[in-house]
Amino acid sequence: MSINKYTVTNSAVNALVHVFLIIVAATCIFPLLWMFGSSLKTQSTVFSDMSLVPKAMHWENFYLAWTKGGFGVYFLNSLFYTVFVVFGIVIVSSWAAYAFSRMNFPGKNLFFFMFLGAMMIPLPGSFVPLYVLVNNVRNILLNSLNGATPFFLKIFPDQFVYGMVSFIENQFYPRAAYVLCMINVGLSFSIFMLKTFFDKMPKELEDAARIDGCTRLGIWRHVALPLAKPAIAVIIIYNSLSVWNEYILANLILSSKDLMPLQRGLMVFQGEHITQYPLLMAGMTITVLPILVIYFAMQKFIIKGITAGAVVG
Amino acid sequence: MSFFAEKIKQCYTLVHEAPVKKKAIVGILAAITLECAFLRFHASGVFWFIVYTLVTGSLVFVVVANLIKKTIGSFIFVVPALLIFTIFYIYPFFKVLQLSHNAWDGISPIMDFVGLSNFKEVIGDKIWWGAMKNAGYITLIALTFQNALALVLALACDRAIKAKNFYRVIFFIPPVLSEVVVGLIWRWIYDGDYGLLNHALLALGFKDVVRNWLSDPQTALTCVAVIHCWKGFGWGFMILLAGLQTIPRELYEAARVDGANVWQSFKNVTIPLMIPVFVLVAILTILGTMQVFVLILSMTGGGPGYHTEVPVTRILASMQGSSMFGYACAQGITFGAILMMVSFAQMGISRKLKQA
Repeated sequence: MSINKYTVTNSAVNALVHVFLIIVAATCIFPLLWMFGSSLKTQSTVFSDMSLVPKAMHWENFYLAWTKGGFGVYFLNSLFYTVFVVFGIVIVSSWAAYAFSRMNFPGKNLFFFMFLGAMMIPLPGSFVPLYVLVNNVRNILLNSLNGATPFFLKIFPDQFVYGMVSFIENQFYPRAAYVLCMINVGLSFSIFMLKTFFDKMPKELEDAARIDGCTRLGIWRHVALPLAKPAIAVIIIYNSLSVWNEYILANLILSSKDLMPLQRGLMVFQGEHITQYPLLMAGMTITVLPILVIYFAMQKFIIKGITAGAVVG
Repeated sequence: MSFFAEKIKQCYTLVHEAPVKKKAIVGILAAITLECAFLRFHASGVFWFIVYTLVTGSLVFVVVANLIKKTIGSFIFVVPALLIFTIFYIYPFFKVLQLSHNAWDGISPIMDFVGLSNFKEVIGDKIWWGAMKNAGYITLIALTFQNALALVLALACDRAIKAKNFYRVIFFIPPVLSEVVVGLIWRWIYDGDYGLLNHALLALGFKDVVRNWLSDPQTALTCVAVIHCWKGFGWGFMILLAGLQTIPRELYEAARVDGANVWQSFKNVTIPLMIPVFVLVAILTILGTMQVFVLILSMTGGGPGYHTEVPVTRILASMQGSSMFGYACAQGITFGAILMMVSFAQMGISRKLKQA
């Protein structure tokens, strides 16, 4: 290619554009690198050593954060909530979306527009009534458990009964309540997204399955779900991120330390050990790492989800 | 049966196809009527009997209709979603309405019905409107700087340059991070004694600028707003880039053949075609930024004083801090109504722009 004036100015402009883009990209990554670098410093060097890559790497910070900082427990809790919420959302929303898309029944349009409306109407501060609801149900549950305890004591050994009651009160109920609340948060978007996907899918395969004697549940399980894999991947990733990053409901519903997910744990740790920056940064790295791994592995689906979410909004 | 179904369908299509303005007016009138009825009859048993009968009656109606039409097998597919939705969305929705008319501390078994006085208090609450102003300030910065940056980046990436995908992946990293993590990292960078920003400024010789960024009333809000923009510009960038890439390249070529320079083709080709996308991004920015609060909790906690408070942190403070659940709900409803009006107004503007 001959070099003329046009290509010279064009490549100069392109170089400038690249410089600009690289500067912005650097500001996006720098805080993360800074966080990771700081997590490898010690308490004494963290305020003086301003280098991104410290001379002596203190990997034991991660071990300390995981055990003493409690981030191991928080991490497993986050994993627990994310897995259960996402699993629940996929099952419930694909059932509903399949029915909305392929079946006819009285009340269908009404209910579908109810879900749509839930996405359109902003409800800031909806955590207040949710907190009230969870609290009220816990009180009812506790009262009925206490009422039923004498009856169970006659059948089962004492230790077992008291163990069960405290398990339900301290472990099962808060976790179940949080998981159900979070399922509701992601439900409308997932139903809408899956419905539009099902609408575009050809019906012939389902008809064939029906003629072969498949039940409705069987068609959903063996035909509709496998075909909807791309949409389900978007839903899984989108909801995993939102559950992993959720803070406020965890703050209100989960008050004891062995129930907290990572975001809540970070805030608690920050409040208790205000200047233990290396451990805090190690905890933050533990929080961010799974997200970044998922993001880099699945970024194609994430981009799809954003455009779909934008169309919904 | 089918006669009723037909009538309901007619009413439904009538409502569904009505213009937005009519829908809004009818909606507001209905809300006012219901509110008046609620205020007048909240203590009467007959009123609640009618309400409960209507609600359970319509549910029974749907189920019976499904039984008669033998579609209950299909209906069961939406039951789990409906149950979760009713318990965790519809019940809280009405609970908010109920609580906002009561004074309640969250513990005592009795609530005091106080009518509209919670709302009166909200209207006279200076801290609340200060928080609203702060959120408006952050939103203004997000609307201008964040979206301008997003547009410039999207335009740069829309040119056929190399490594476009690389930039796209990098720019979307801040949005996928949690607000707590972002807030805590930047809180440390902004820190007055140990922060990186002050170290850098000292090293560069700007001694006068050094300050405790997040405890200084003059800078705290702007610092938070900047970080909000840093976290959010990836969204706008993604949507704008997706919009830019739907513009057919032939239009640009045609413009160039007609002798248009870069600015003219931007003004006359890109902008008119992008207006719907601009409006979408603007609505998403406003609704998202007005409701920001976790970032603020993790960066400043609303301080110094009330300088970085936003509406949602005020709702949280009314609930957790001062145990005024009714007041918190009244704040939530006021704020939700304002957000609804903003998004309605924006949709109206976009419709007018589209027609023009």
